[in-house]
Amino acid sequence: MLNYIWSFMILISIIFAMINGRLDVLATQALDASKDAVSMIISLSGAMCFWSGMLKIAEQGGLTRALAKFLKPLTRLLFPSVPSNSDAAGAIISNMSANMLGMGNAATPFGIKAMQELDILNRHSPYASDAMCMFVVINTASIQLIPTTMIALLSGAGANNPFDIILPTLISSFTSLIFGALLCSALSHTSKSPPLKRGVK
Amino acid sequence: MKTLAFICSSSIPVIIFIIIALGLIKKIAVFDAFCIGAKEGLKTSVSIITPIIGLMSGIAMLRASGALDALTYLIAPLTRLIGLNENLLPLALLRPISGSGSIGIVTELVNHFGADSALSKTACVMAGSTETTFYTLAVYFGAVGIKKTRHSVTAALLTDVASVVISLIVCNIFFGR
Repeated sequence: MLNYIWSFMILISIIFAMINGRLDVLATQALDASKDAVSMIISLSGAMCFWSGMLKIAEQGGLTRALAKFLKPLTRLLFPSVPSNSDAAGAIISNMSANMLGMGNAATPFGIKAMQELDILNRHSPYASDAMCMFVVINTASIQLIPTTMIALLSGAGANNPFDIILPTLISSFTSLIFGALLCSALSHTSKSPPLKRGVK
Repeated sequence: MKTLAFICSSSIPVIIFIIIALGLIKKIAVFDAFCIGAKEGLKTSVSIITPIIGLMSGIAMLRASGALDALTYLIAPLTRLIGLNENLLPLALLRPISGSGSIGIVTELVNHFGADSALSKTACVMAGSTETTFYTLAVYFGAVGIKKTRHSVTAALLTDVASVVISLIVCNIFFGR
């Protein structure tokens, strides 16, 4: 996908530059931007490492487990068809807490495990169950307690107060998560229901 | 709102204090854990270098050639409807498709407009409050061989649109215009 978008970006730029007579500046701009990209990454990687280190301590210190306890009632509400003591519920909770701590690398394996468990509950139907749809939609609108990459990026660029994006980001992601969950459960009644009725109990 | 934001940013040292104190109470090798995590952070930084170079030079070319102006002129009625700044349009379009790509766009915006501008902060909030929708859909449904995704794609994409609008509203309140 990105292959096409990126190629399109470059090709259309060159065509437009020809029309607008800006071909001379095009290559210098591209090279300047790549130079900026590298210095940007170097200045953001310090903050990135710092936060990843902090979150690792939090993870080993049991913050993930504390979050899980807090998330349990929420999962019961979002996934009424999933028994709350099942492996599926456990994996969903682990995935959500890893996402909240911004551990994308840890969240994905938990998420795949959750999908596999939901798949068993769904009797391996080729149709996604309501719980699967809800799980994926929640993951696409995931909440991160500390948006580490963006903070690192702003502090790397010399922002006075890179932390002032935390609250707006939280509010915005939480609101869109609620929107997504409501929309998903509303749409689940309208979308074509799977012909295999023996799925989730 | 300014004071709220201030409280939020001064809470960071408190959070760090709690994390380390909790680690010590739980008898964790705190510094070792920090180093392990930091190494993962460095790996992430390294892995996003090349896509960011590619996307940043692509956007710079779009801007320099005047193609971005033409594109935003075309979509202007739509973006004006939701109050989206035309410079944020590429980000809104690419965010559901590519994570590292959107970091590249935000980096370019921050470089171009300055780290303290309302526009850069809005871009950060927009990028920080959703996930890479298509990647997530592909990974999770692909993992269990789901062919019929039913309403999930529609719901996920509409949520992305909502997220852009919500980010704009929230950032207008927080950072003003």
